Amino acid sequence: MSMEDQTSIKRLPPLSQWSLPGLGLLKGLVVTGKNMVQSFYREDRMTTVQYPEERAPISPNFRNFPFLVYDNDDSLAGLRCVACSICEKECPPQCIYIVLERDENGKSLKRPKIFDIDVSVCMNCGICAEVCPFDAIYMDGEYELSTDNRFEGLLFHRERLAKSAAYHAKLRPEQAAEVEARRKAEEEKKLAAQAAKEAKAKADKEAKDKAAAETEQKGESA
Amino acid sequence: MISDPSMFSSSPTLEPGADDDQLLRVSLGPQHPSTHGVFRMNVVLDGETVVSLKPVFGYLHRNHEKIAENATYLSSMPYTDRLDYICPLSNNWAYAHAVEKLAGIEVPERAEFMRVITAELTRLINHTAFMGFILGDMGAWGSALMYAFREREKILDVFEDLTGARMMANFMRFGGCRNDLPAGWAAKVSVLIDGYGPFLDEMEKLLIGNEILLGRTQDVGALPKEVLINGGITGPMLRAAGVNYDIRKVEPYGIYERFEFRIPLGEKGDCYDRIMIRFLEMRESLKILRQAIDQLPEGDFIHPKAKIRNFKPPVGEAYARIEGPKGELGFHLISDGTTNPYRYRVRPPSFINLTLLEDMCLGLDLADVVIILGSIDIVLGEVDR
Repeated sequence: MSMEDQTSIKRLPPLSQWSLPGLGLLKGLVVTGKNMVQSFYREDRMTTVQYPEERAPISPNFRNFPFLVYDNDDSLAGLRCVACSICEKECPPQCIYIVLERDENGKSLKRPKIFDIDVSVCMNCGICAEVCPFDAIYMDGEYELSTDNRFEGLLFHRERLAKSAAYHAKLRPEQAAEVEARRKAEEEKKLAAQAAKEAKAKADKEAKDKAAAETEQKGESA
Repeated sequence: MISDPSMFSSSPTLEPGADDDQLLRVSLGPQHPSTHGVFRMNVVLDGETVVSLKPVFGYLHRNHEKIAENATYLSSMPYTDRLDYICPLSNNWAYAHAVEKLAGIEVPERAEFMRVITAELTRLINHTAFMGFILGDMGAWGSALMYAFREREKILDVFEDLTGARMMANFMRFGGCRNDLPAGWAAKVSVLIDGYGPFLDEMEKLLIGNEILLGRTQDVGALPKEVLINGGITGPMLRAAGVNYDIRKVEPYGIYERFEFRIPLGEKGDCYDRIMIRFLEMRESLKILRQAIDQLPEGDFIHPKAKIRNFKPPVGEAYARIEGPKGELGFHLISDGTTNPYRYRVRPPSFINLTLLEDMCLGLDLADVVIILGSIDIVLGEVDR
């Protein structure tokens, strides 16, 4: 390696060679004294926030435990979650437990019967929100969650986890707006696809009918 | 070493034939997570002089490597935050770097810049916290630590804006970063690094000329270069002894080749050099940060084809390393083509730097042991894993 890449430390001589020991200590004391005085008048040094009377603003990216998003007004039927269990699989501490709801014939209803998050295990990493393909789970900013029951109180069921899309929009406006636009576009695409499919089916049927009629005619003429 | 039963026994045993009456066994160690972690040294003393020192660790063992083998690649990313919890973002980078090498993923330019910025800020955090901790170990529990943590807090605030968490960032992804820089973030960092120089000046004024610090650190715990190299010591510990070895220069990763910076080197490798070298490294980090912030390009923060769900790297093996704030941090991964790694191994700098602790301490006073331990700059989350 070349010499230009390096720089070396300037070592002070050992203490035994000093002519006036004590000066360094005094210099240090000046620094601490200055800091002490500054802490009384400098705005940027007075950082104490008198919680709970006042609260520090939380950063827009701040994440705590996850919550489930629902559309419309029904907090359980409106859940976006389809119980696909991707988050359950990717969750690093395995704190999510999902059971799919089925009707009496065993057919999937595409919604969770049980959706539990053990927040005493959750490590707030946000991977569930990241892997969810249905925009159904996001990270919350709520942090006052103390409870006197450390077992049931810290096991959040879907009723507790469900929060409205409006709450999400209030918490993370940018993200929610983006998600909303994407969902809307997808919805429209889906509708368009369905309309196209119907139109195609109709056209096919007409063509088939026509063909059938023609063969019939041919048969008659023959 | 493994065959020596005293290493694992609950009470220190003496060498056979030693004069038992004259020697004192002390169970010593930082026992609180707020210092370095939970660690114990079985020390045998002759008066005040250390005769033997056996480290006992594993109190913070969390089975990180085995858990990672039973989880998907992405699931291990938040666990890497908790290895060396002072500097989560360098750990993220090392792991992402290893997976990218394994799967052959490209990283967009902007993401590389974001990685350099966050990693260098992490280096600032680590070295600043180190100053506080080592002064605490020397008995100056208070001022230096509080000043250091005041500045550290400013960087953590920036991290919270970016990643959503102060310490447990979980920010890097295979092929980039999780989210883009929030609006105004680069300007905030720019202000922060402008204010960091004056803080370092202040800290140097407080510490460098201090007679107590000089008296307690000069010529304490030095080892010859050859011993350090043979022991696999890396990072500031090695460079303090004058060995020019920095992975950012010898095996550049990311985009470090583009930046101008120097590698500070020490002379003797004693505790004094180890403290001073960290001051100089912070100055160099500030230079890198300034260049990176000024050159920050627009573009993707993650490769558009990066896979988040159902990520399966091809069968193979990769070892990737970065220059972490504490030394060479490497990840060795073996893939069998499934969603989980077949083998996941961490090369933690703190743990390997700790292996020469006894050699450094023998023949010194008991009070020096604490400083030497502090100067190695260990975090037990990484040592025990």
